[in-house]
Amino acid sequence: MRKVPITLTVNGQSRTASVWPMERLLDVIRQQLALTGTKEGCGEGECGACSILLDGQIANSCLIPALQADGSEITTIEGIGCSEELAAVQRAFVECGGAQCGICTPGMIIAAVALLRQNPEPSEADLRQGLAGNLCRCTGYMRIFEAVMNACGEGRLRH
Amino acid sequence: MRAYIPGYELCAPKTLTEALERMAAEPGRWRPFAGGTDLMVLLEAGKLHHSCFLSIWRLRELRGIMIASDSVMLGCLTTFTDVLNDEVLRREFPLLAAAAAQTGGVATQNRGTLGGNIVNASPAADTPPALLVYDAEVELLSSRGSRWLSYHEFHTGYKTTRLGADELLARIRLPRNTAGFLHYYRKVGTRNAQAISKVCFAGVRSQPSGEVRIALGSVAPVPLRCWRTEAAIREGGDGLAALAAEITPIDDVRSTAAYRLRVSQNLLKAFLHS
Repeated sequence: MRKVPITLTVNGQSRTASVWPMERLLDVIRQQLALTGTKEGCGEGECGACSILLDGQIANSCLIPALQADGSEITTIEGIGCSEELAAVQRAFVECGGAQCGICTPGMIIAAVALLRQNPEPSEADLRQGLAGNLCRCTGYMRIFEAVMNACGEGRLRH
Repeated sequence: MRAYIPGYELCAPKTLTEALERMAAEPGRWRPFAGGTDLMVLLEAGKLHHSCFLSIWRLRELRGIMIASDSVMLGCLTTFTDVLNDEVLRREFPLLAAAAAQTGGVATQNRGTLGGNIVNASPAADTPPALLVYDAEVELLSSRGSRWLSYHEFHTGYKTTRLGADELLARIRLPRNTAGFLHYYRKVGTRNAQAISKVCFAGVRSQPSGEVRIALGSVAPVPLRCWRTEAAIREGGDGLAALAAEITPIDDVRSTAAYRLRVSQNLLKAFLHS
């Protein structure tokens, strides 16, 4: 097998990469594109640390062969906000203590953004469902839930 | 141990015809690769033994949900998210929607497909019991032509199926014959999301006609339609002994045979009292 060229639109910019067809999109993003905000946790689709938006939908980048991403539009955590200008969800995570060790945080933010884009006023059940694919071993989740609820402007979920 | 990635071939045919021709030209060499939510896990674990795949993910011919007056036709690439977004499926086939909602998290639901869930042939998959009680049929397509099978005939043993080396599971047909039925679905696992089931139960029944259909996952080498249990219930029994005789649960990493038997019987009772 040979490497093949692929073209991706990553955070609004056209990027090319030369990939093994079955190479994980996660590795292409972190190693070739040098976007290391996307993390690897379990490497088997259980933990959500490697979440990205692929053509607008949340996906685990560890489970996507690079060839299948050819021609698609990708948003990584670097495309959500930067340290000079955080997105509302990111500010809320800072304010509520929604991040501790930080490994799950990029994926959590991506999942929260994906949820709020589809459902700007989620119920607690919607929120739990929306973040069900993202594991956090530090926070106990409540501060994360609070952050996402604050980000949608209400602060409804107080505990 | 991780796999040696350059050793794997993955090609993306532009059309369904091209994909079928490649499968026919070298039967057994190429296997279809859909959303990757199962195969990539095996790859990462170094357990993906087949090495040549055709990506069918972009083949539009295999997508879409078509509603006809007497049936619903689902392309094999229908994702769990597609199922959850479809009003007719949610209303008339709620067990399929329940199974889709309980498969992985949203990221998995966006990539996991019904066709993949079937062909992967895990006895622990969540949608097969629902498909079994809805009397699903599946289309096996090759460049030789198309044939339809009742889904309950598709699985022949642990991870073995009736799919030929040159065939692709292209579509799934659900007859719209469950109006007025009571639908019951229950997945028992270690947590709500992301867990593989210890036991998965799907049942539908109609009070007026006495019709009852039951299927279980994770209690046999295949997703199991429980015909003998259904017959025992139609004859007025509680079906518990028939169910115990019909399922063949095992001890494994997720649970034990004894627990699975007890839970299956409890779920049957709950279903009949629901």
